[in-house]
Amino acid sequence: MEKLQCKALEKIALHIRMAVIEGTYNAKSGHPGGSLSIADVLAYLYFNEMNVDPARPDWADRDRFVLSKGHCAPALYGALAHKGFFSVEEIKSLRHIGAMLQGHPCMTETPGVDMSTGSLGQGISAAVGMALSAKLDNKDYRTYAILGDGEIEEGQVWEAAMFAAHKKLDNLCIVVDNNNLQIDGTLDEVTSPYPIPEKFAAFGWNVIVIDAHDFDQIEAAFKAARECKGKPTAIIQKSIKGKGVSFMENQVSWHGSAPNAEQYEQAMNELKAALAVLEQEG
Amino acid sequence: MADIIKKATRDGYGAALVDLADVCPDLVVLDADLAAATKTGGFKKAHPERFFDCGIAEGNMMGIAAGLAATGKTVFASSFAMFAAGRAFEQVRNSIGYPHLNVKIGATHAGISVGEDGATHQCCEDIALMRSIPGMVILNPADAVEARKAVFAAAKWDGPVYLRFGRLAVPVIFDENDYEFEIGKSVQLTEGNDVTIIATGLMVNEALIAAETLKGEGINARVINMATIKPIDREAIVRAAKETGAIVTAEEHSIIGGLGSAVSEVVCEECPVPVLRVGVMDTFGKSGPAVDLLKLFGLSAEHIVEEVKKAVALRG
Repeated sequence: MEKLQCKALEKIALHIRMAVIEGTYNAKSGHPGGSLSIADVLAYLYFNEMNVDPARPDWADRDRFVLSKGHCAPALYGALAHKGFFSVEEIKSLRHIGAMLQGHPCMTETPGVDMSTGSLGQGISAAVGMALSAKLDNKDYRTYAILGDGEIEEGQVWEAAMFAAHKKLDNLCIVVDNNNLQIDGTLDEVTSPYPIPEKFAAFGWNVIVIDAHDFDQIEAAFKAARECKGKPTAIIQKSIKGKGVSFMENQVSWHGSAPNAEQYEQAMNELKAALAVLEQEG
Repeated sequence: MADIIKKATRDGYGAALVDLADVCPDLVVLDADLAAATKTGGFKKAHPERFFDCGIAEGNMMGIAAGLAATGKTVFASSFAMFAAGRAFEQVRNSIGYPHLNVKIGATHAGISVGEDGATHQCCEDIALMRSIPGMVILNPADAVEARKAVFAAAKWDGPVYLRFGRLAVPVIFDENDYEFEIGKSVQLTEGNDVTIIATGLMVNEALIAAETLKGEGINARVINMATIKPIDREAIVRAAKETGAIVTAEEHSIIGGLGSAVSEVVCEECPVPVLRVGVMDTFGKSGPAVDLLKLFGLSAEHIVEEVKKAVALRG
């Protein structure tokens, strides 16, 4: 990848992270930790990978995206706003009464949201249905989904995985956000779904393991996914929960709590400083 | 009565799907390893490219149905009522109901007339479950003719629909050529102003038999076929309450949360009169031949007659 292109994506990811902090701070609730861990992959998906048009959110031939870990909506909203689906100002109304930005993604309220999600394990099935529909119509749009690593404890994920491989849905690519933390602790402390790559491989998937915060690896993974024929692809991204905000990184307590005014200032200052460094470098 | 034709509503469903394909180019049918029993097997044979067997994974099937519908397909997803409405309730609620997607749930083997398989497969709670989902339409046809019409009406309806079908062959009471079905409209089958019997599903035929018996005893019962449980025909219920003063409901479902509850809600709010409910009395089913079970659980014309007499006495 061109150095410049990589920098541009890093900037977008920082803007998505700022949206996560802005949104959860204004909402006084929400899930910043897991939202920050998927900011990079969302930046890549919406700005380099997916064929979408903010002017036509219902365009029939667009690529589809399903946020199966729906609680990380603040990151998705950040990506959609910066892509131009709606105003960045909307982020401040996250979770407020009358706002189009619901606590979890709602396809009937928010332009650019392709599936209503939030109840874990369900989004992947909808993504499978979308990919199946494309095959049925001989259309070449692709379907993407992001799942949490805790989410894959849901049995429905494996029902969907079995079906997708059985139907050879190579137009489907999921990302498992492996930040190793869920509400009650680390994955190993709760109920371990490890080893994750081996499980998806055993279900007949093309599996790629990457560093979630390295755009070269992200790019290579999605390229490999597109080139893989006859199998769906699972990208297992090793990520840092809370990535980009020092005091949130790898802290399970930031799974589902919002920053207070002081924490908000500190988080935004860190993200702005990182952005300034990138701007200076050109 | 030798010329009574008996046919299961699930057969009407299966045959209708095959023909629906001709007028509904976006139609996709899903099943969960029960195609032979739910009768989607006919569609699978006729239109294999538009049929997908999701295996024994009903929750995933509902999610796939949602995804297909989100890309513009009209989807019929089939399983037994127990698994479609019961096991997959939350998927139906969150992935289909909340985004108001165009998924039609074809739930067969509803009620205790499943028979020998017994309580684990006899779903008497599905109407209650589906009724509580905002925007969900519930259709419970009385015979195979109405089942066919309900399938075509559901396909035209914009949004989720739960269609409830039975396993047991039951008398065909409507004429294919002149029976008109409209979602949300009940059909009055007999004239009468002494009492109203509001029935749904296979209990409609029992209600008609009950009305004949009652006529011989000087009670003229109005029989209403309430095929649409939601949105329920409030107007017909209120008119019945006002004009006949007492109502008996009859359904092959728990008396909790089904037709009896829906009718009672309307009557209490708009025109309080006695309402007695014939249905499964807050109990699980049992194994046995379907016809015998229906009698055992009081889902019979005889039991409707008894309850009608009580209702008339209550009316005073």
